[in-house]
Amino acid sequence: MAADLLRTDIMIAIAVMGLVTVAMRLSGFWLMGFVPVTPRVRRMLDALPGSIIAACVLPVVVSGGIVAALAVISATLSMWLTRNDFAAVLTGMGVAALARLAGLG
Amino acid sequence: MAFGALAAQKGFSLAEAVAMTGFVYAGMAQFVAVQSWPDTLTPSSIAAVMLLTATVNVRFFLIGASLRPWLGTLPAWQVYPPLTISTDTGWLLATRYRDRGGADASYFLGGLIVTYFFWTVAAVPGYLLAERIANPKTFGIDLLVPAFFAAFLIPSWRGAQRAIPWVISGTVAAFVDWLTPGYWFIIAGAVAGSVSAAFLTEESANGR
Repeated sequence: MAADLLRTDIMIAIAVMGLVTVAMRLSGFWLMGFVPVTPRVRRMLDALPGSIIAACVLPVVVSGGIVAALAVISATLSMWLTRNDFAAVLTGMGVAALARLAGLG
Repeated sequence: MAFGALAAQKGFSLAEAVAMTGFVYAGMAQFVAVQSWPDTLTPSSIAAVMLLTATVNVRFFLIGASLRPWLGTLPAWQVYPPLTISTDTGWLLATRYRDRGGADASYFLGGLIVTYFFWTVAAVPGYLLAERIANPKTFGIDLLVPAFFAAFLIPSWRGAQRAIPWVISGTVAAFVDWLTPGYWFIIAGAVAGSVSAAFLTEESANGR
């Protein structure tokens, strides 16, 4: 595997992935330029960040079982108490590690 | 960093791991793509990887949309270059900064550039440490992103009414995730949450 540092086929696949990702990043912002921002559109955009987060996290908790739930809950609690996202993430990962050490999940 | 570790386990060379991080630069998509990397690359398997990347990254489409009210007044040449490297982390930090009343767009744009370098460079020690971290799950690394995301909901809390779309979004996402394979659940949930906000009553509208 180390013989070829950069294999052509893999680099092509990587380039394709990169292009798709950049297209996604630019098109959302660009398309919204054509939509007039009424109060209703405004409310939709304001609710979007929290909705994206909820949509990313909740399925992980549902499918990840007790360990994922403990990690997410403890990270949220830690954030609430400390208001420090670094501490929150460390708490979440630590709780997950401990839970697995204890044989959960 | 965790990505470097995963790439090492999957037989990527260090240069390939760094190249992917530099070009694709999308944490979750890289994990998913490498995890399900085909053994042999044919046009059709590359297309599959591409489709996978697109579905995981559809959220960037929404992230871009959510930035429009803030950055829409800037000239295009200032906005589009940084947007090409926008990330979840940079976006979360910038959104929170803005919620606190910050209006300086350079916070977002500059933050992205800093994040880019750290993320790309961090893949190297991750790759080199890979043999020691045989199983990232032991240290809870697989739950890093969900924990970070969940923590972000606390500072953006603005009353129960404003949280209704979140609940709808999460519920729809969990349901779609259970029904269909792939990553469509993020899109389905986020769109459901956002649309529900459009139909909520006035109290939720006077937030800003």
